[in-house]
Amino acid sequence: MNAQPSPAAEPALPYVRLQAVSKKFGEFLAVDAVSLEIRRGEIFCLLGGSGSGKTTLLRMLAGFEAPSGGRIYIDGEDMSAVPPYERPVNMMFQSYALFPHMTVERNVAFGLEQEGLGRPEVRRRVTEILEIVQMSPYAGRKPHQLSGGQRQRVALARALAKRPKLLLLDEPLAALDRKLRERTQFELLNIQERLGVTFIVVTHDQEEAMTLATRMGVMDRGRIAQIGTPAEIYESPVNRFVADFIGSVNLLEGKVAALRDRDLTIRCESFGCTVRAARCVDCAPGDTVWAAIRPEKIALASEESPDEAFADNRVRGKVREVAYMGDVSICLVEIDSGKTVRVTLPNRSGLAAQRDLRHAAVTLSWDVASPVILTR
Amino acid sequence: MQQMEKRAGRRLVAGIPALWLAVFFLIPFLIVLKISFSEAQLAIPPYAPLLNWVHGLPVPRIHWSSYAYLFTNPLYLRSYLYSIMVAAVSTLFCLFIGYPMAYAIARAGEAWRSFLLMLIVLPFWTSFLLRVYAWIGLLQNDGLINYVLLHVGLIHHPVTLLQTDFSLYVGIVYSYLPFMILPLYANLEKHDPALLEAAADLGARPFTIFLRVTLPQSLPGIAAGSLLVFIPVVGEYVIPTLLGRTDQIMIGRMLSDEFFDNRDWPVASGVAILILLLLVVPIVLLQRVERRELEGETVEVATVEAET
Repeated sequence: MNAQPSPAAEPALPYVRLQAVSKKFGEFLAVDAVSLEIRRGEIFCLLGGSGSGKTTLLRMLAGFEAPSGGRIYIDGEDMSAVPPYERPVNMMFQSYALFPHMTVERNVAFGLEQEGLGRPEVRRRVTEILEIVQMSPYAGRKPHQLSGGQRQRVALARALAKRPKLLLLDEPLAALDRKLRERTQFELLNIQERLGVTFIVVTHDQEEAMTLATRMGVMDRGRIAQIGTPAEIYESPVNRFVADFIGSVNLLEGKVAALRDRDLTIRCESFGCTVRAARCVDCAPGDTVWAAIRPEKIALASEESPDEAFADNRVRGKVREVAYMGDVSICLVEIDSGKTVRVTLPNRSGLAAQRDLRHAAVTLSWDVASPVILTR
Repeated sequence: MQQMEKRAGRRLVAGIPALWLAVFFLIPFLIVLKISFSEAQLAIPPYAPLLNWVHGLPVPRIHWSSYAYLFTNPLYLRSYLYSIMVAAVSTLFCLFIGYPMAYAIARAGEAWRSFLLMLIVLPFWTSFLLRVYAWIGLLQNDGLINYVLLHVGLIHHPVTLLQTDFSLYVGIVYSYLPFMILPLYANLEKHDPALLEAAADLGARPFTIFLRVTLPQSLPGIAAGSLLVFIPVVGEYVIPTLLGRTDQIMIGRMLSDEFFDNRDWPVASGVAILILLLLVVPIVLLQRVERRELEGETVEVATVEAET
């Protein structure tokens, strides 16, 4: 909100700088004039669906693809003419790309050997990094004798062995099962902190991005739709794509009916309701806007518990479906206008109470601070 | 009931090739082995029986004479060594010519790849014999190559190309190149391109990547291709007869001469058995390479340069 730059951030030049970088494959524009600055020590997540251009962007940083336009600077140096083997960057591949004919130890040593380090030094650093990823007991194994999680660690060790200042991770956790993924996420954070490496992570998994990232960029059709901290992106998405991509959201289309400083009234014809929001938005009465409301921010009040509701923003409806997820339940509520609204309820009272909800007449309501008003 | 049917079916499926091998390989081999231990004689068949009946009792009469003859006559030994040398040199030529070709095909675009592969296989559409004869037309003293060289002015007298080691190697390498390229291609085509990127990412230059990533992984393909060339070339008959030297014959020709010209079946069989014994070594080698690959043992190559 404040335009004044903080004095601490001032001298820190961006470690990675992308200047209007584009990539065309034939007629297809995979990356469209992306400009981006990433600071030293950050974990920056590029989040997007398949075909959003996030992997192409990462491959251009590694040097596997040449940009069709724009420039990439790493540590102030233009990377245009620098081949992959001379870049101060290492990558962890989605498939891990471990050399199948080499043992774990030799896989990790490979990069160090290219630097012309002496044998004892290579050995010392391989031992050290295998220790960090807890793979020392498996040093003599071949990749095919390892489990998915172990392979992931070897791939990480191999990429970290050269002590890169910038590590690129392509869907680092995609091949792991859920439990292992959660554990590895925290280990990644741990290692990143210990070694002070800058991470750029490409992922399609918003949960992964939310836990890992210090900042993230949401990509849509080759462009960056929004850059911000996970909280900024979740709480204040800039457009419908971002709002819908991160988490789930109810989008209520309507027209601005009244607008006073921090008090906005939107008439949503198709939902048959009026949304009041305490937000400052750049719009005028009569404009079409969308009110984005997260399902967990909607209160659901049934006849037995009328006092659950907020004073403003009330809509009546009927519960159509209840999906029991354990920690929460997802309710699909058909409001009187016929539209469906999604509500998540924390599981405070057990399964039975949630079951009774089905077909119940309810009142939905939400706080005036909850809706995010989107103009595009 | 079903289990038994399944087992019977499995036995049938495995049994047909086994039967085939027994009837067309094992039994003929045993017959040849038997003949090699007998003695030539003017009769039909032209060799002495192994078992003689003396006073109603079978008395085996095993002759080592054909083997003794083969090992003591330097002509045969030279012929063996020459065959092995020709096969080895041809294999190397096929490897050095075929590897870049297979590599290029494997790296070519989807549309190009099938076209290039077709070009490799295309010569098989004409008769093998015809293609070897065609080389005679090219290589002989008044052939196309000498004609061009004379007219360009590079030479003033025709160069003898035919019936030399040169023409022999040309013929063999030309004929056997596809047998090197196809298994190599099959191997190289499977390589994961991400591995090359990973190696580049770790700081390896293109040539190092080839030495340390591509080459070690293509060893099974190299082994398969080399043996597919080496094994038949050792016993090659047609090409050396049509294109090769007349003062030094290969073992296949030796065998045919013994059999048809000298009508010495035991010696001919001995030659055949020794060729087989000779080829057992590379065949066993091939199987070991394949097994190693499956077990994932280290096939370390070219790590020397990395450690300097």
